[in-house]
Amino acid sequence: MISIKNLHASVDGKEILRGLNLEVKAGEVHAIMGPNGSGKSTLASVLAGKENYEVTAGEVTFNGKDLLDLSPENRAREGIFLAFQYPVEIPGVSNINFLKTAINEIRTYKNLPPIEPKAFLAMVKEKQKLVELDGKLTGRSVNEGFSGGEKKRNEIFQMAMLEPTLAILDETDSGLDIDALRIVANGVNQLRDPKRSFILVTHYQRLLDYIVPDFVHVLYNGRIVKSGPKELALELEEKGYDWLKSESVEA
Amino acid sequence: MNATETLTFKEKLLVHFEQQLPTLNGDTTLRRDAALRFAAIGFPNRKTEDYKYINPEAVLKSGFGFRTEMMRGVTANDIKEFTLVKGAVVIVIINGIYNEELSITDHLGQGITVLGISEAMNSNEVAKQHYGKYAKSIADPFIALNTALNNGGVFIHIEKKVSNKVPIQILNISDNEVASFFQPRNLIVSEEFSEAIVIESYESIGPVKSFTNGVTEVFVAANAKLDHYRLQTEGDAAQQINTLNAAVCGNSLYNTYTFTLGGHFVRNNLNILFTEKNGEAHLYGLYPLTGSQIVDNHTVVDHAVPNCMSNELYKGVVNEKATAVFNGKIFVREDAQKTNAYQTNRNILLSDDASVYTKPQLEIYADDVKCSHGTSTGKVNEDAMFYLQARGIGKESARALLIRAFAEEVVDQVKIEELREYIDCRIDRILK
Repeated sequence: MISIKNLHASVDGKEILRGLNLEVKAGEVHAIMGPNGSGKSTLASVLAGKENYEVTAGEVTFNGKDLLDLSPENRAREGIFLAFQYPVEIPGVSNINFLKTAINEIRTYKNLPPIEPKAFLAMVKEKQKLVELDGKLTGRSVNEGFSGGEKKRNEIFQMAMLEPTLAILDETDSGLDIDALRIVANGVNQLRDPKRSFILVTHYQRLLDYIVPDFVHVLYNGRIVKSGPKELALELEEKGYDWLKSESVEA
Repeated sequence: MNATETLTFKEKLLVHFEQQLPTLNGDTTLRRDAALRFAAIGFPNRKTEDYKYINPEAVLKSGFGFRTEMMRGVTANDIKEFTLVKGAVVIVIINGIYNEELSITDHLGQGITVLGISEAMNSNEVAKQHYGKYAKSIADPFIALNTALNNGGVFIHIEKKVSNKVPIQILNISDNEVASFFQPRNLIVSEEFSEAIVIESYESIGPVKSFTNGVTEVFVAANAKLDHYRLQTEGDAAQQINTLNAAVCGNSLYNTYTFTLGGHFVRNNLNILFTEKNGEAHLYGLYPLTGSQIVDNHTVVDHAVPNCMSNELYKGVVNEKATAVFNGKIFVREDAQKTNAYQTNRNILLSDDASVYTKPQLEIYADDVKCSHGTSTGKVNEDAMFYLQARGIGKESARALLIRAFAEEVVDQVKIEELREYIDCRIDRILK
């Protein structure tokens, strides 16, 4: 699905990612954990193609294509979805209009005709149930006046609508109370599929109680310093990150 | 060689005035005083504070005559095409002159009078009573000039308790043979407890330059309601100075919507004066500009009395080499306690060659008031751009979506769906 090799990336001349390697296969769920400032969100942004992140070395192959060569919109059209840590409010653009535009641009890219209005509305109805999103919210401007929980649910709703092959969730659990977390996780779990992969970027183990990963990686200083099965997350919860910091310094 | 060719445009105007005066209707003394006033102050130039960023004198220097003959000839079909709302009353003004023949007044409701301004000044007592009260020659050279020379335009009188939901469109068309200077003058009087919708629209036909110096006076009596739309959709050869002065009385509501969607040089002077308590006014403006357009909106809201409310929202999208100016003055006089006055001006710059000059000016002399103002000028929000792109929407469509959304905040205020759709259509055409 995606293969990241020796990835180096900088923001404003400061190197954040320093030789990151990661391999995600179809259907797998990978959790990326790590202390603040380790480069977790940078990885998510670089994969989605945010402009002010400069890749200085390394390569990323996504389904055989050079991902770093693609514009953000073409990455999305190829099947990458980033659930934002801070979803942007866009007054004046309705959720529905926004989603329809997105779906149709993706379909055009794939040489498909525009979606039938009826099919689109049926899809909206079905998918918003997935994250228990109020029908009224989908009619409003994108994220405008949404609560923190509603914004995160809207991200998962969009993911369900766009049906990506690789979903990157950037701290989707942050700012969520336990009920909202359960709803969001439930939505994600229903979208798990042998053909769809997930990268969960998270600071806390809590999310992983609900979305159980296949692999857990610890990111520190822009590099993955430890990988393991889901139990690694529990160990991190117990011991914190300090033991790994000293380990990586020794290494 | 014609002797007048060595004269400045100002001098030509004064000669023209003397020649025209015997043929002009209305109060001759008022016209003479206005001409004297104009003779004394002349055209503003770059040193005139209120005309600092635009220079009407430079535009006028290139030479404009006073002929009002049509070049192509406006047809009934044109009128149909320029009619903005189905079933509306359409008052046609061509080259600054009221054209009764082409006007469509079948749907004019009872209790509403429409007369050419010249005729009204001869025969209508209400017109005589209000004319020249709200737009005074002393305030501005262009008002003085219009007061001296106007012989076109219309008087609209909405009688007491008349509620009229059929929009009255004042359709101004420039279709001139030679470069010409027009002076239409309108007067709208909404009596107590009346309700009406007026749409002023400005169109131009053909490539010949025109300069329209229009003045509209509005009186909104106590407990009356008036929605006043202005759609400026002239072509590149058209220049315009548009003065709208309104007096708003007690418990009345006056809404203005100014959409500048065309014209090479447009200056709007919008002055609203509250004369009695509990008046309310909303001022909305939108100017999406391209090419080398110069559009200047000067607004003044004068809270001369207590307990009034004004709310102003002007937005601009400025592309290519266009220039936008916004100057919003709010006066809250010493006695005007419990005033609520809000003002917002936001601009998006789409090119490095585009310019925006924005200046809010609040002068508050009362202490128990709620006033706020905010201005911003910037580029399209990059975070929002990335968010849309990350969902598969291409850069160009993402930008268009965001600009459209920015403009919609103003377009949404328009209460007539047909008009909203028309404006959206024009905006799309401009932004393409």
